[in-house]
Amino acid sequence: MKRVVTGNYAAAFAAMRARVNVVAAFPITPQTFIVEHISEFVNDGIMDCEFIRVESEHSAMSATVSASSTGARAFTATASQGLALMHEILFTASGMRLPIVMPVVNRTIAAPIGIWAEMNDVMPERDAGWMLAFVEDNQEVHDMVLQAYRIAEDKRVLLPMMVNLDAFILSHTVEPVDLVDQEDADKFLPPYRPEHAYLDPERPMGVGIFTPPEYIQEERYQTHAAMEGAKKVIKEVNDEFARMFGRDYGGLVEEYRMDDAEVALLTLGTVTSTAREVVDNMRAEGKKVGLVKVRFLRPYPTDEIRSVASRVKAIGVYDRAISYGVGGPAYIEARNALYGHTDIPVTNYLAGIGGRDVMLDDIEFMFNDLLKNAETGKARKEIVWINTRGVEQ
Amino acid sequence: MSIGIKDLPEENLFTAGHTACAGCGAAIAVRNIMKVLGKNTVIYTPANCLLVFGATYPHIAWKVPYHHVAFENTAACASGMKRALNTLGKEDTTVVGFAGDGGTADIGMQALSAAAERNEDIIYVMYDNEAYMNTGIQRSGSTPYGAWTTTTPAGKVIKGKELFKKDVAQIILAHNVPYVATASVGYPQDMLRKVEKAKNMKGFRFLQIYSPCPTGWRHPTDITVEVAKKAVESGMWTLFEAVDGRMEITYRPKKRIPVADYLKLQGRFRHMTEEQIKILQDWVDKKWDRDTRLEQALKMIEE
Repeated sequence: MKRVVTGNYAAAFAAMRARVNVVAAFPITPQTFIVEHISEFVNDGIMDCEFIRVESEHSAMSATVSASSTGARAFTATASQGLALMHEILFTASGMRLPIVMPVVNRTIAAPIGIWAEMNDVMPERDAGWMLAFVEDNQEVHDMVLQAYRIAEDKRVLLPMMVNLDAFILSHTVEPVDLVDQEDADKFLPPYRPEHAYLDPERPMGVGIFTPPEYIQEERYQTHAAMEGAKKVIKEVNDEFARMFGRDYGGLVEEYRMDDAEVALLTLGTVTSTAREVVDNMRAEGKKVGLVKVRFLRPYPTDEIRSVASRVKAIGVYDRAISYGVGGPAYIEARNALYGHTDIPVTNYLAGIGGRDVMLDDIEFMFNDLLKNAETGKARKEIVWINTRGVEQ
Repeated sequence: MSIGIKDLPEENLFTAGHTACAGCGAAIAVRNIMKVLGKNTVIYTPANCLLVFGATYPHIAWKVPYHHVAFENTAACASGMKRALNTLGKEDTTVVGFAGDGGTADIGMQALSAAAERNEDIIYVMYDNEAYMNTGIQRSGSTPYGAWTTTTPAGKVIKGKELFKKDVAQIILAHNVPYVATASVGYPQDMLRKVEKAKNMKGFRFLQIYSPCPTGWRHPTDITVEVAKKAVESGMWTLFEAVDGRMEITYRPKKRIPVADYLKLQGRFRHMTEEQIKILQDWVDKKWDRDTRLEQALKMIEE
C-alpha cells in the first residue's frame, strides 16, 4: 500500500507491522510524531502492544531494556538530548545482548541549542555497542526498521540497532512510501523467541548480575565478535528483503556510479540524495565522479571502504558532525579503515552542521576538490569546512 | 486471615550463602518477604548492597528470575518487566523492585513518581537503611538528623547531618496509589501481613521497610531487631498502611520512649550534643503529632 507519509510515520508504522510487544517512549522534537502516531495506533485499537508513557528518555531506555530482558520485542525512539539522557542504559542494552530497535532522529545537541539536522547526537554513541544504520529517505526508514529486528534478533548477532534519520528532512517531510501489509511483514519477521536472556518464573535466571574481573573481558570480546559477525547478517537480510519486496539497499554500503569513477564521496543520510543528482550532472559533463552511501557506522564496512580506495585516486568523506580537535566522525572512521591500505588522499567535508541546507553547489565543490586531489595525488586540505563564516573553504 | 511466621514455607527463595554482613536488616527483610511473595515473582534491584551480596557472578542467591540494569530506574525497569509479562501471557506474575533509600528517595525518585502516577501494576519495596551503604555509608535524603556518615562526618564545627529525613512514604501517598505501607524488620508479623496484602492487590504498591545496617549504623550485629524496635517505640519510625489513601497507624507505642534511648544503641549518633538530641526529640514529637493527625484526616476518606 503506497501512501504519502513522513519519516516519523514510516518508523511508527513499521514498528506496528513488526508487532512490537512493548513501547516505552518520551516525546522530543523532532521525534515527537513517532510517539504520537504510536499513541494513535494504540488508541484506535490497530496496534496491540503495551505502551509505557514514561517521564524521561532515561526511563524509556530502562523500561525498553527490561521489557526486552523479559522476552518481549521492544521499541523506543528518540533524538538529540534524549539520546544523551539514555546514554548510560545504551551500554546495558548491548551488554545484555538485547535486540532493541530505536529510530534516532538526528538533531543538533546543545549548546547552542537547536532542533535541526545534525549527527552530533549519535556520534558519541559509536562505542555503546549498538549497530548504527543511517537512512536516506522515508522508504528506507520503514524498510530499515523491519530489517533491523531481523538482524538484531538473529542468534549470530543479538545486538540493538539505532536507525538514524535526519531531523525534519525526513522526520517531517512527506514522501510516497510503500507500507508493508501485515501478512508480508509476518512472513519476513518471525516472532521473537529469546533463548539467552528472559525473565520467566518457570526457568529462573539472573539478567544483569554483578560481575568480577575474571569474566568481563570475555563478555566484551563476545560482543565485539557479534558486531563483526553482524556484517554478514546485514547483507543476508538485505538480500532476502530485496527478494521479497524488490528494494535492494546493498547491505553495509551502496555504491552509485562507481564503475569507472576516479574519485568517490562517502556520504551518510539524506545528503546522499543530493549527491546522487550532482553525480549525474557531473557525469553528464564527463567527470568521473562516484558516490558511496555508507549505511552503517557500526559495524563499520571496513572491507567495502578499502575496496573503494583500491579503485579510485581520491576519497572524500562527508560529515554532519564534528569531533572537536580531530575532525568529522565519519572521516575518522574511514581513515581508520584505510590506514596502511592506501596512499590516496582522503579529505573531510563538513557541511550542513546545525541543520544548514547542503546545496548541489556544495557537493559539486567537494567533487571538484577531489578531482584536483586525484590529479596532484595529495589533499589540498585535509579538513574542509563548507560555507562557514570566517573559515577559508 | 493474615499470614503468621509459622505459616511461612521452609524453602528460601532468597537463599543462605549470600554475602550480606552479619545482622543486615535488608537481608532479613528480603528473605522473609520472598517467602510471602512465592515463586511466581520476578525481581529487580538497582545498584545497591542487595545486588552485590545477592548476585555476584557466578553465584546467585535468588531462586526466582532476577534483573538489574542501573541505579536510578527501578520503577521504570519494573514497569517494563510487568508490561512485557502481560504481553507474554504471564499477567499473574508479581514484579517487585527492591531498592534502598538512596535508589528511592534520591536518584530513583523521578522514575518512582512516574510509575506511581501511571499506577503500574508492581510492588516497590524501599529498604531504608538511611544512607548509601554500598558505596561506603554516605548520607542520603533519608538519613536522619544528627547522623554521622562519611559525607556528614562528626567534625569539629559541624557534627553529623544538619538536615532532616525525607518522608518518602508520604510523598508516594500523595500519588493516590492503591497501597502504601511502612514496616520494620523489628515487627515481622506486621511486615509480612502488609506484604501479603500488597501481593493480593493490583496497581502500584509501595512499602518502605526500616532496615538497620550494623555496619553503617555502628551497632553490634546481634541487636538489629532491638534497634528496629526502638525506632518504632521512640516514634522515629511510624508503622502505618494506607489502602486507597485511607491511612491507618498499625502499631501505636503505649508510651513513646525518649529518642535518646534509640540513639545510644548506635555509634552513628555517639557524637551528638544534648542540644542536637533535643532538636531531634522535638522533630520526632512533631512527626508523631503530624502522623496521628494525618491518620485522623485520611481515615475519613469515603470508602
